Amino acid sequence: MSWWRTRRTQDLLFQAALLGGVVLLIGGMAWNAAGALERQNIASGFGFLDNTAGFDVVQTLVPYDETSTYGRVLIVGLLNTLLVAILGIVLTTLLGFVIGIGQLSSNWLVAKLCRAYVETLRNIPLLLQLFFWYFAVLRALPIPRDSWNIFGAFFLNNRGLYVPGPVTEPGFGLVVLAIALGTMGSLLLSWQARRRREAQGVITPVALQSLALIFVPALVISAVVGFPLHFTWPVLEGFNFEGGIVVLPELMALVIALSTYTASYIAEIVRAGIQGVAKGQIEASQALGLKRSPILRLVLVPQAMRQIIPPLTSQYLNLTKNSSLAVAIAYPDLVSVFAGTTLNQTGQAIEIIAITMGIYLTLSLLTSSAMNWYNARIALTER
Amino acid sequence: MAALRRPPRIRVPGPIQWMHENLFSSAFNSVLTLVAAFLIYQTVVPFVQWAFIDAAWSGNSRDACLTFEDGACWPFIIERSGQIVYGFYDVAERWRVDVVFIILGLGLAWLTVPGTPGKIYVGALMVAVFPIVAFVLLVGGFGLVHVPIEKWGGLLITLVVAVTGIVVSLPLGIVLALGRRSDLPVVKGLCVAFIELWRGVPLITVLFMSANMLPLFMPDGMTINKLLSALIAVALFSSAYMAEVVRGGLQAISKGQYEAAAAVGLGYWRSMAFVILPQALRLSLPNIVGNFIGLLKDTSLVSIIGFYDLLGIVQAGNADAEWATPNTAMTGYVFAGALFWVMCFSMSRYAKALEDNLQAGERR
Repeated sequence: MSWWRTRRTQDLLFQAALLGGVVLLIGGMAWNAAGALERQNIASGFGFLDNTAGFDVVQTLVPYDETSTYGRVLIVGLLNTLLVAILGIVLTTLLGFVIGIGQLSSNWLVAKLCRAYVETLRNIPLLLQLFFWYFAVLRALPIPRDSWNIFGAFFLNNRGLYVPGPVTEPGFGLVVLAIALGTMGSLLLSWQARRRREAQGVITPVALQSLALIFVPALVISAVVGFPLHFTWPVLEGFNFEGGIVVLPELMALVIALSTYTASYIAEIVRAGIQGVAKGQIEASQALGLKRSPILRLVLVPQAMRQIIPPLTSQYLNLTKNSSLAVAIAYPDLVSVFAGTTLNQTGQAIEIIAITMGIYLTLSLLTSSAMNWYNARIALTER
Repeated sequence: MAALRRPPRIRVPGPIQWMHENLFSSAFNSVLTLVAAFLIYQTVVPFVQWAFIDAAWSGNSRDACLTFEDGACWPFIIERSGQIVYGFYDVAERWRVDVVFIILGLGLAWLTVPGTPGKIYVGALMVAVFPIVAFVLLVGGFGLVHVPIEKWGGLLITLVVAVTGIVVSLPLGIVLALGRRSDLPVVKGLCVAFIELWRGVPLITVLFMSANMLPLFMPDGMTINKLLSALIAVALFSSAYMAEVVRGGLQAISKGQYEAAAAVGLGYWRSMAFVILPQALRLSLPNIVGNFIGLLKDTSLVSIIGFYDLLGIVQAGNADAEWATPNTAMTGYVFAGALFWVMCFSMSRYAKALEDNLQAGERR
């Protein structure tokens, strides 16, 4: 066979041609883009990040005003996205686990109710659910003067949820420090107890001690420095509330929609995880004479979690990516203020879309590599 | 001995006993039952009351709805039903959309109902010929009046985006999945990069990209249709997900199949086409349908970049002062939600049936 007909040469040629094609395609697009930018007189490069933004953002977790830069807008948007993601992940985990376990309940009504929840929410677009919560529920709430009053401390109206706001005084740092040290101490304590159990088979209860370690020193210190934390209460003044913290209706709608929708997927993951534990495992632990609670704690949950955690993480990632629907109800997340307002003002589409996609991509890749590490760690080691 | 020959008695619990076993077996279970019953009472009853009993059913303006303060405003949906299905498509030409819907419906029915002959040929026609026929019918040409894309909307846009997405992403996804499992490092690297890029970013950023960046990439003087650029975005995005679904099917094929194909002298492409892919695709069919459900739901995002799809047209109607009543928005969302739910739920049932069927084959 002549050298150019061997498998190796042909593979090399094919790959070279493919690579050449891709490079040509990208190069051609870059060439066209450069020409188009020049004709439309759009600047390029990342210099715009230092320019003044000149618009206001309704919710900022870091100091921001109209004179701040576009770079600052990016940070504000990213933090708002992360806020929604964290709140959503906490709520959706709670809801998803409750409904997932509920689907397996021996109680007929509870099982059917959980099933109906999953089948309803999974089959309706998230954006529609978001619109429903925002436009049909939260924006249809009464005006501030007729707010729903919850225990005289929380007020819900069409401008948002008003909650008491914490105000710290000097000395509060000490209390936080005490709680942090106490938590570390209690972790040490439970680690010690676990080592003792594994080495000697002696079970040492540490729950009470841990609680005491976390809270008693903190309470003593705060009593000494004169309780350095108080709350400002929301009070109706004129047409709106003063004091306290307001949770925007956009934020509420987004968190509710994301967490209830994702919970329907998590519930299925939890159900499959629990059902995936081999029946023999439960029967074997019953044969060993274990009671219900240790069976759950030591046999069922650890094995179910091994199946639950990888898909659960990808749902967390989905929730974070879906939080970009914020743009539809004008919650100031990364996509809304950066890929939306900033893009419209500067026109630098390529840089802005690249930065936005890059941030989401980084989050995804970090999560999936953490997942691969976790999977390798918990994988069954066959002996 | 006679007692042993008697068939075992089958215990059929009476309603009281059934309730005792399934609803009130313990104190905790009784509390759960009561809580669940209370939840159902608090949600289902007011909903039925609102949607049916207290609702306005007839009339042709918002005045008809204003008298029914606590009920759905169905005249809004009835009045707007043409827009909800066709968007702003010329009324005289709407029959063309109907024809496309009917062909699509018949084709899907042929493919999904078990036992119909010639599924392969019908499937090939639906993938290869139907899009062309649909394109001509919807856009115009060959004696049909041209209907500009700006007039399309409602269910029409939703289905056009979803069906195009699936038709384009299936072959693209297969190629990407094969590429990802290739031994050639450049092919594998490019496919992995492509798949992970689209899977790592939200669809809305891809749609923003298509709206803002694609026009820049075109050669000078060439413009790109707004709908086409959205379709490209959706197709790229969903082909990455499709690739992962197909890869799952490929991974489930045992090594012996690859070796057997090689042993009878088939090269790479032929062993893929005749041995591996037919089995892998059959295995991934339930997940392909699942993917399609996701795609159908995701099409609602095109309303954010300015298309009047099913959700977009309902949203536009809600903002219309002509129909401003306290219940218009809720009615619109409930209706659109019910429509999406029926489409997605029936597909998910179908996927489940496919999966059970596959497993039945495995069990034998």
